[in-house]
Amino acid sequence: MFDGLQDRLQGVFRKLKGEGRVSREVLDGALREIRMALLEADVNYKVVKTFVEKIREQAEGQKVIESLTPAQQVVKIVHAELAALLGDKGEPLRTKGSPGVILLCGLQGSGKTTTAGKLAGHLKAQGRNPILIAADLQRAAAVEQLRQVGKSVDTPVLAPENESRDVVAFVAGAITQARELGRDVAIVDTAGRLHIDEELMTELGKLVTRVSPTETLFVADAMTGQDAVRSAQAFSGALPVTGIILTKLDGDTRGGAALSVRAVTGQPIRLVGVGEKLGDLEEFHPDRMASRILGMGDVLSLIEKAEQGLDSAESRRLAERLAKREFTLEDLRDQLRQMRKLGPLSQLMSALPKGGPLKGFDPSAIDEKKLKRVEAIIDSMTSPERRKPTALNASRKRRIARGSGTTVQEINQLVKQYRMMQKMVKGMKGSWLRKAMGGG
Amino acid sequence: MFGRSKTGPPAGEEAAAAEAAGKSSGLWGKLKRGLLMTHTEMFERLEAAVQDRAVIDDTTLEMLEEALIAADVGVETSLELVDNVRKDARRFEGGDLLKLKERMTDHLSILLLDAPQPPLEPEGPVVTLLVGVNGVGKTTSAAKLAFRAKSRGKKVLLAAADTFRAAAIEQLTVWSERLELEIVKQSAGADPAAVVFDALRAARARGVDEVIVDTAGRLHTKENLMAELGKIKRVIDREAPGWSRRTILVLDATTGQNAVAQAREFLGTAEVTGVLLAKIDGTAKGGVVVAIARELRLPVLYLGVGEAPADLVEFVPRRFAEALVG
Repeated sequence: MFDGLQDRLQGVFRKLKGEGRVSREVLDGALREIRMALLEADVNYKVVKTFVEKIREQAEGQKVIESLTPAQQVVKIVHAELAALLGDKGEPLRTKGSPGVILLCGLQGSGKTTTAGKLAGHLKAQGRNPILIAADLQRAAAVEQLRQVGKSVDTPVLAPENESRDVVAFVAGAITQARELGRDVAIVDTAGRLHIDEELMTELGKLVTRVSPTETLFVADAMTGQDAVRSAQAFSGALPVTGIILTKLDGDTRGGAALSVRAVTGQPIRLVGVGEKLGDLEEFHPDRMASRILGMGDVLSLIEKAEQGLDSAESRRLAERLAKREFTLEDLRDQLRQMRKLGPLSQLMSALPKGGPLKGFDPSAIDEKKLKRVEAIIDSMTSPERRKPTALNASRKRRIARGSGTTVQEINQLVKQYRMMQKMVKGMKGSWLRKAMGGG
Repeated sequence: MFGRSKTGPPAGEEAAAAEAAGKSSGLWGKLKRGLLMTHTEMFERLEAAVQDRAVIDDTTLEMLEEALIAADVGVETSLELVDNVRKDARRFEGGDLLKLKERMTDHLSILLLDAPQPPLEPEGPVVTLLVGVNGVGKTTSAAKLAFRAKSRGKKVLLAAADTFRAAAIEQLTVWSERLELEIVKQSAGADPAAVVFDALRAARARGVDEVIVDTAGRLHTKENLMAELGKIKRVIDREAPGWSRRTILVLDATTGQNAVAQAREFLGTAEVTGVLLAKIDGTAKGGVVVAIARELRLPVLYLGVGEAPADLVEFVPRRFAEALVG
């Protein structure tokens, strides 16, 4: 995410670093480029204007021009302003109430129904007891979609049984029913609507008044262009919107909408959808996101993700083995499997800082297939072979190649890489491991 | 090269416009009203500014640039367009200030017309494949295209090849019932190519004129998409050798510059014939199609302007340009 913006901004900073001192012209040029980068990332032009003005003020106030390290100072200013624009401190979702009611609204196709399912899964993982309420009686088969989504996250769905067209009465009744069923959070999936459709907006207004949700969340597609501001403003003007969920913030999404929507509604971004799987919903941390946009990486989120996804007993076992300077192909396979649980590797790598050892590294170039082949090779070995792959002879290698659908060359390559890894592990000092884990 | 003060629309386009004017003038009107509602406070400001000024100066041009960017035309394309206007202004020494909007419309039309314009609806039997990312409106667009073909006396068959998204098949089925159209479907999770295979077999047996295939939307799994579309293509080659084939990329008008990346990606994986720009009935202007025409030379074929099955119009570059400028 934010790839284009990341590259452009880093280009600007690199250029600044090249200039020992920064003249007014150079600073103006940098600000112009920051403006272009933001506009190309679909940040609303008005938001961009204010943003660039703020940076200019700060830069002048902090005397960047006379500074000896102007580039760092500009980065710092931009980082602070970005974080402020995104809402500084993250504000988690409020779900109190009996039940807490979370109402999702937004344009057609912004991803409300999928998000409703993700949200139910997210809450369940926190030990809550959610229920889904189908309030989209407009789109063909929307209720059926929610039913299927509900099934896949193992959450019950309340939907009108007959062709009821009174959404307001139905939802109010469903919430009472949810309470009786002992559910503590009710997620209401409303129909997508255009913000200029007065009739449907009025209906939504009535619904909100009647059930007074704990959270009324505007679900916005992160790929939205300049119009993001208009629809967000219209929704938050017509309803007491209390937060935003950004969807489809993955792939090559420029995500400019993330920066604009928060700025114009003044409401925090609570959650972001980052993939197609039902587990792909993350809490939103403005400061981390700002770091990410500036290519400083988001190691904190990565660690949290690892903590959630990794089997901690398994990780401990591996760490102990590493401490004993042991590392076999079995360990490598376990490691690969654990990593895959965290999601696509390219997505993980994109959370790391872009400078340092990863300079010029393109996360999309990681070949996930190759890793699967490695796993297949290891799976085709016998246990003794896994423990001592250096002892493989030609006939064993041919057998393994046949078994795993690979070639002897690939097995040789793996053995060679294994030797290097082993050397590294043997030579590793205790402090290195601590440092790698973020301690040292 | 854009020296003429007014670039008239080519004859073919005028005919198309005239034809479209019949039934769909109401829809264009709707589109224009939608755009007028927001009627870019900017272009109004621009007009006000222009009236007070003696020449087109940098401030005016900057406002013009902002107006274009606000319509999602994109930074680069906007800069180029503004540059063209600047050159014009120099040539006319600012004498023609009030014609600024007209000139802008000309330049936009030229960009849009520059993409190759394929025949909109080929003669004889056709397979129409709808592709696009999630949530752009492929299924609704499939229904609209089917309705259009049916109301022109064609026998249409829908193929529910989005076997991935929850309830996509049900959604298309509801449409087929509402519009009284034939549909070929399998269960969720089935091989989309197998659905297309069944659909083409059925189409040939029943003497169908157009098969409209709704495929699954996806953001990321480009490789799977390539494999899936490749397989669907092979099935079509084998099962419908004499048929014309159209691959229509559905884009959401509210999408920003990401739409260019989407179009590029789909162009790389499928032979895209043109674009259907959906959801243009809101306040979004869909200006990104200008950037797509300019950068990828991909033409727009249709506009989706509402939720009813009849809410689909043929794209007319000049009218779109006019609606964009306001």
